[in-house]
Amino acid sequence: MARYLVRRLLITVPVLLGVTAMSYLIISLTPGDPVQALIDPSMSAADVQIKRHALGLDQPIYVRYVKWLGEMAHGNLGYSFSSGAPVAGRITERIEPTLTLTFSALVLSYLVAVPAGVLAATRRYTWIDYGATLLAFLGISLPTFFLGLIGIYVFALRLRWLPTGGTTTLGGGGFLDGVSHLILPAAVLAAAGAGALTRYVRSSMLEVLGQEFVRTARAKGLGEGVVLRRHALRNALLPVVTLAGLQVPALLAGAVITEQIFEWPGMGRLTIEAINQRDYPVLMGITLAAAVLVIVGNLLADVTYSLVDPRIRYD
Amino acid sequence: MRRPPRRARQPRDGAGAAKGRGVSTVAPAVAVVRAPRSTSFWAIAGRRFLRHRLAVAGLVALAVVGGLAVFAPLLAPHGPTTIDPAQFQAPPSGTHPLGTDSVGRDVLSRLLYAGRVSLTVGLLAVAIYVVLGTVIGALAGYHGGAVDTVLSRLTDVVLSFPPLIIILFAVSIFGRPSLANIIIVLGALGWPVVGRLVRGQFLALRGLEFVQAARATGGSDARVVAHHLLPNAMAPVLVAATFGTANAILTEASLSFLGLGVQPPTPSWGNMLTDAQSLTVLERMPWLWVPPGIMILIAVLAINFVGDGLRDALDPSLRL
Repeated sequence: MARYLVRRLLITVPVLLGVTAMSYLIISLTPGDPVQALIDPSMSAADVQIKRHALGLDQPIYVRYVKWLGEMAHGNLGYSFSSGAPVAGRITERIEPTLTLTFSALVLSYLVAVPAGVLAATRRYTWIDYGATLLAFLGISLPTFFLGLIGIYVFALRLRWLPTGGTTTLGGGGFLDGVSHLILPAAVLAAAGAGALTRYVRSSMLEVLGQEFVRTARAKGLGEGVVLRRHALRNALLPVVTLAGLQVPALLAGAVITEQIFEWPGMGRLTIEAINQRDYPVLMGITLAAAVLVIVGNLLADVTYSLVDPRIRYD
Repeated sequence: MRRPPRRARQPRDGAGAAKGRGVSTVAPAVAVVRAPRSTSFWAIAGRRFLRHRLAVAGLVALAVVGGLAVFAPLLAPHGPTTIDPAQFQAPPSGTHPLGTDSVGRDVLSRLLYAGRVSLTVGLLAVAIYVVLGTVIGALAGYHGGAVDTVLSRLTDVVLSFPPLIIILFAVSIFGRPSLANIIIVLGALGWPVVGRLVRGQFLALRGLEFVQAARATGGSDARVVAHHLLPNAMAPVLVAATFGTANAILTEASLSFLGLGVQPPTPSWGNMLTDAQSLTVLERMPWLWVPPGIMILIAVLAINFVGDGLRDALDPSLRL
């Protein structure tokens, strides 16, 4: 087990390096010279050269990459073009709302998907199964922004049960106020994941129900409820729970749209702001932060899977 | 949804068996009883697909959506960019069955023409990454060793970026967003899923007897890959490409909705919804944003149903 964990951790090192290299490569392909943005028109060509040299821009790309990597190792992600503030700070202040939103969505998608998938599997080929399947496909196929707009239209504008966006009411506040602002965006973000998870729970459950220990449990006279809860459910849900870590990319991608629609001040909204202001250092910081979150998610998924299922050995 | 129950392998005859389809399971016995039907792999898969009701419904819906897009010039009452100066944000009427948008363009006409954009993006982007992924996956799976290690890590790297974020990053850096840029970026970043599938198939097939036999009888690398490995690796790729098309359409719609994809006046289902970010439009003018949303839903849902049917038909043991 320890050997597996060490090996699994070591594999992430080249991937992390690759992620930084690829981000750096893309950013260095940016049309336009970053020096142009810094100089004023009165500077002579020689002054521009000096400036380039001072910034290290006359060096080959791999030298610049290694230097930049060194800076990053010290927590320096560069400075925002638009505000001059450190990128690391801008991202950390936006990461918390995003984590709140994505984590709530993740929990919500499991709360919906597990019962739906189990019901679909145990009542296979009934209208419950078909209904769950249809809903799951709707969740996967509905564009996040369209679902978000429908949600705002129905629950905020028509029924007036929930606010249209933001995290708190002006002058209001309090826990319940926060929750009421979270419900709609979290539900919208959860939809796609819940759809995919329902399908997964269903097939995982069907697979376990077809196995011999389930037949044995039934044969020795256990009630169907006990068979389901003690024997089938536990085994079917193990792989499903470990899938949580693999939801990170989809959740972060969905957060960009959800945060934009619901004026949620997280990393997703920061992404759109950075794009509109052509603020490449911030954009690059977000891309890296997101990639690191994905890698951590994958790592968590693999590690938990090997912990809960001792049969797993990647050698 | 109805998966055929798994059965023990039965002896088969005919072309399908001769090709050595070791991976796929056998069609239910019913297919064997009605005697003279073809038992080739694709014939069996075709029959299985047709039994999948949702998949057939999806195929029909897709044909309708595709037909509307192809025949848009014949069906549209107005030009997609023609402005009716007397009608801004006009509700549905006789001349404009779905009303007009904020600039005075006919919503129905734009809806029909937008289908061309969305379907083109989906199909072209996926075509690009299927080719890329197949080449990369085949190289990794066929050569193994160091080539495999490097290509697999590259795959991991590309998969580490959340899809929409890396696409936004790339689109915003490569100048003005345009139809061509979106197709290229989606195509250039979508290959890892296909690459992994092809690699896995190649690794599994490489050791099978019929491949070794082909090599032993003097088949060159190119011949073995083209005649023996690729045809047998394509079934899961077809399934992944189908789901991929649905995803590409969703991504293009999201980008265009954010104003970072297809730019007006060119209509796209996604950019037709951009105006609905204003609460006034959202509340008072549902004809502007509901129809394009429904069209995206129908197209994506139909393609996903087809993909599900293909998966069940081609390989019931396959999970994506």
